[in-house]
Amino acid sequence: MNAIEIHNLSKSYGKHKALDDISFDVRQGELFGLIGPDGAGKTTLFRLLTTLLRPSAGSATVDGHDIVKEYRAIRSCVGYMPGRFSLYGDLSVEENLNFFAAMFGVTVAESYDLIAPIYSQIEPFRKRRAGKLSGGMKQKLALSCALIHRPKVLLLDEPTTGVDAVSRSEFWDMLAGLKEHGITILVSTPYMDEASRCERIALCNEGRILGIDTPTNIVKAFDKRLYGVSARNMYSLLDRMRHTKGVVDCYPFGERHHMVVDEECDIEHLKMECTDIESFNIVSAEPTIEDMFIKLMKR
Amino acid sequence: MSDVVISVRELTKRFGDFTAVDRISFDVHRGEIFGFLGANGAGKTTAMRMLCGLSYPTSGSGTVAGFDVMREGEKIKRHIGYMSQRFSLYNDLTVWENMHLFAGIYGLTKRETEVRAVELLTRLNFSQERNTLVGSLPLGWKQKLSFAIATIHRPEVVFLDEPTGGVDPVTRRQFWEMIYEATEGGTTIFVTTHYMDEAEYCSRVSIMVDGEVRALDTPAHLKQQFGAESMDEVFRTLARGAQRGE
Repeated sequence: MNAIEIHNLSKSYGKHKALDDISFDVRQGELFGLIGPDGAGKTTLFRLLTTLLRPSAGSATVDGHDIVKEYRAIRSCVGYMPGRFSLYGDLSVEENLNFFAAMFGVTVAESYDLIAPIYSQIEPFRKRRAGKLSGGMKQKLALSCALIHRPKVLLLDEPTTGVDAVSRSEFWDMLAGLKEHGITILVSTPYMDEASRCERIALCNEGRILGIDTPTNIVKAFDKRLYGVSARNMYSLLDRMRHTKGVVDCYPFGERHHMVVDEECDIEHLKMECTDIESFNIVSAEPTIEDMFIKLMKR
Repeated sequence: MSDVVISVRELTKRFGDFTAVDRISFDVHRGEIFGFLGANGAGKTTAMRMLCGLSYPTSGSGTVAGFDVMREGEKIKRHIGYMSQRFSLYNDLTVWENMHLFAGIYGLTKRETEVRAVELLTRLNFSQERNTLVGSLPLGWKQKLSFAIATIHRPEVVFLDEPTGGVDPVTRRQFWEMIYEATEGGTTIFVTTHYMDEAEYCSRVSIMVDGEVRALDTPAHLKQQFGAESMDEVFRTLARGAQRGE
């Protein structure tokens, strides 16, 4: 049995299809990432899996329980960290934790070993009101509360959004630690660079899944040659390259534009053609998750 | 017109005995894309507020778009453009109404507004959409419009506060293309972002830690200086040394 099984799941709000016929499984103990921008349907999927919404069509199970018929069983076996901070701002750090423990009928002591690596970092501030915590500390408290009843499946909706790069990296280290306890983790993020921290990922956009695989395999499936190009004038370079024979696509990618070329494209010949461009420079580039996402979106 | 659009020296902001921004100094040149990075709590927002004329520095000196940051906050506000992911346009107003609203706020005359609105609609290829509600436009179009409206009063410098959060990769790139186009025309861009890969689009990048600017250079030089593969690595190396939290 997989930890999460999703079959042809759809959710519509009026005419708008927030989730459009998606299917995938998350294995036991897996760290699985949903990677996609706003409007991809990530939050809707979390709300369906936590039984807060009912699907328009299709079905899903979490830890073997049906999300419609067995909602009570699901609520006790999942830990959920919603995208928006949803603890009690007027309660202190420890009051929040005790509250969530009481709600699930457990004590903090019973789960302390599980939350210790995370909670110990905010424990010095246990008397502080949760509303007065910094973003990174709120995130740690929310994760501690979501873990207090030792859930089998942890659902994290954009836990790192709006958090700086250092705290984001620390957060992923914490998730890797939780995996050691055998907890299955489904986590969403709009940051493509976080994909590599997951075992498998689903790239999603506008309610659909564009691709599912390990981050390495997703990048491997980029079957075209990719180059990084730069010049003194980056803006006119885009237009020039897009009108060059053999160039399939050219888009900004930081210091260099990424340029996708077809099989017939002779790079030496292309370089000759570009000698009139001021400070023209071309290097071969390794595709990233983002290049793949762009390719799949444009397909 | 001078080539320096933003110039600050020893700019400082204290709240009681807490120094949020500690003697920062830098220049931003015309047509530059200047990336302003920092960990949460580093003082980035406070610094940005001073540069936008929303708060007066405790000490230091400087100019933004030719106006004094110590005394001319109101004038600065009128002469800069501002766009953020959180606050942009009114969804319940049409494209045309949004343009008129912001033109009015920036004090353009009726005639200037007409001329400028038509000009922007033409440049964006939006003439067909002039009476469309902004809420029904696709995200990429909204962003373009949002940026265009931030420049309706022809500011020398546009402040972009986390402009592309949560946006898909294709739309993000369309956005950067638009930024390149604007800088081509001499507009200066001052941008904050949490996406370290976006820092790589900037001409120069500054990184704030504990209220101070700890690094300022081109992304290529910064990576070289820190022996790092990416701006993410540069940022993490610097921000890990932070003494103060958020």
